[in-house]
Amino acid sequence: MAGILIYSEKSKLALELLTAARLIAKGTGLNIKILCINSDKQAEEMVAQGAETYHIKEQNLNLADTAAVASALQQAAGKLDASIVILSSNRRGKELSGRLAQKLDAGCLSDVTSLQVKDGKVQCARNALGGATIATQQIETDMQVIALAPRSFEPAGLQDSGSLKEMAIEIESSLIKVLESRSKAGDAADIEAADILVVVGQGMEQGDMVLAESIARALGGEIACSKPVATDKKWLPEDRIVGLSGKKCKPQLAIILGISGQVQFNVGIRDANTIIAINNDENAYILQMADYAMVADLKEVLPELNKALGY
Amino acid sequence: MNIVVAMKQVPDLQQVRIKNREPVIEGVPFTLGIIDKNALEAGVQLKEAAGSNLIVVSAGNEEVEETIKEALAAGADEAYLVLDDKLDGMESSLTASLLAATIQKIDDVGLVLFGEGSGDNYSGQVGSRVAEILGLPQVGYVSKIELDGTVARITRSLEDCEELLEVQLPVVVTVMGGINEPRIPSVSQILKAGRKPKEILDLDDLDIEIAEDKKISTLSNLAPETDRKRVAVKSVTELITVLQAEGFVGR
Ligand SMILES: Cc1cc2nc3c(=O)[nH]c(=O)nc-3n(C[C@H](O)[C@H](O)[C@H](O)COP(=O)(O)OP(=O)(O)OC[C@H]3O[C@@H](n4cnc5c(N)ncnc54)[C@H](O)[C@@H]3O)c2cc1C
Repeated sequence: MAGILIYSEKSKLALELLTAARLIAKGTGLNIKILCINSDKQAEEMVAQGAETYHIKEQNLNLADTAAVASALQQAAGKLDASIVILSSNRRGKELSGRLAQKLDAGCLSDVTSLQVKDGKVQCARNALGGATIATQQIETDMQVIALAPRSFEPAGLQDSGSLKEMAIEIESSLIKVLESRSKAGDAADIEAADILVVVGQGMEQGDMVLAESIARALGGEIACSKPVATDKKWLPEDRIVGLSGKKCKPQLAIILGISGQVQFNVGIRDANTIIAINNDENAYILQMADYAMVADLKEVLPELNKALGY
Repeated sequence: MNIVVAMKQVPDLQQVRIKNREPVIEGVPFTLGIIDKNALEAGVQLKEAAGSNLIVVSAGNEEVEETIKEALAAGADEAYLVLDDKLDGMESSLTASLLAATIQKIDDVGLVLFGEGSGDNYSGQVGSRVAEILGLPQVGYVSKIELDGTVARITRSLEDCEELLEVQLPVVVTVMGGINEPRIPSVSQILKAGRKPKEILDLDDLDIEIAEDKKISTLSNLAPETDRKRVAVKSVTELITVLQAEGFVGR
């Protein structure tokens, strides 16, 4: 019977894929198979979640070589007769999805944030036009590659009847050599879990960052930022970026300081319960997105607000 | 060696308005994808260092010929363009076939550059698909590129780590938005851009069949409903009152 094949190099993301796959399986009757590559730990974990797990153990299969991983997945999909391959839309997964789709002559949707099955078809929602709209799309080819935005689905819970088999595949010699891999210094803050976010943009001055941080602390919240604050100015680490290429946050309260409100940012904050925006340009779009809009200069407001909150 | 940079013409999203939850694209001017401009800048810097030739490739409607001038002004030496109004809104798989077929017409390609995602759709598929069609290795989400003879040393930036890789040329690379600060062309560069060579291809020049059936169908594309209070706050005192009323302070 044709099936759904799921793969992510990250166990946590693989479990999210499993949740989505179970949803699709329910609507289509397809069965679910999960692939692990060179990770006994992940394979065991997946078996414990009740998944039919296949493990490729090939030390020469290099995860940094997207072509090689795509070829492994193509072979696995063939052996397991899978018609839908579900990947995560983290950076590795997204890069992989296009390559695999081309190999399989498949249609591909990436950054999918939710899905439903209608008449046996998987309808996927994803942000379009930089996040201004949400498109519902479906793949019409026999083979489908779907990459799910991280954290769009809850990780799957325990189930029985997991099984584990090793799978052998062919690999070609790699043209890519890993010289070094260094972990990024994140600071372990989880802006998606925060109830209150103080989000800073390019309208801030670096010297005022301490004030924004102090305001966040006073409210019991976290500090987050627009993309250029992390990628260009490097005042905050990248894992604090809100938006299309950052994180989609749903806090109770977002206080947005010196951000213009371009679509790629807005998509990351529009699900906040309450939005307060402060900007010195009365025409800034962010003010239209706000429950409470204040036209003012941050250089004046921040010290005052900080003081009023008790610091 | 030729360095190729692929760029997409997109509607200027700043100017897309939403009317009854529908995006209004008509009349919105075209521009080049923002991250594509980072890819171009990366190409210009590498070309200047290595003395190679930089070719921009693009596929789209007839207006691409005008839109692409910006890339020629900012440092590309020539352009290969696939132009046909039928290509408006084409899907990623077709774009990839057209770009790959175009790149195959160029000799001695050492590096093919893309942005990590297009300005409008951001699906990030085309670079990977092109790499597969051309049978080349690929590295995505790149924050640094150094060419050294027949290899490139490339840094891929993942969510939690950075990989330093050595790759045999030719290679397909997609760059991150933060990799560089694209230069703004001077007036004289803009004037000269019109005279740079352009190779215009139409669909017949490329051995590509456009499939009748689309791989992806779009069932709807609507702006999410928003419902904000939009209350003007005049002072910090008022702001504190709001925070208290909403229960965020003083409870
Ligand atoms: C494919 C793609 C993906 C992207 N993904 C993201 C993403 O995930 N997240 C993201 O944030 N961006 C993203 N971007 C970039 C996005 O388009 C914008 O460039 C970015 O959000 C702008 O950041 P900003 O609002 O901080 O800066 P700006 O647009 O420069 O806005 C600064 C604001 O500060 C105000 N200001 C200036 N001085 C003061 C002052 N003294 N007091 C008060 N206000 C002041 C100004 O009026 C202005 O409104 C993406 C772009 C692309 C093309």
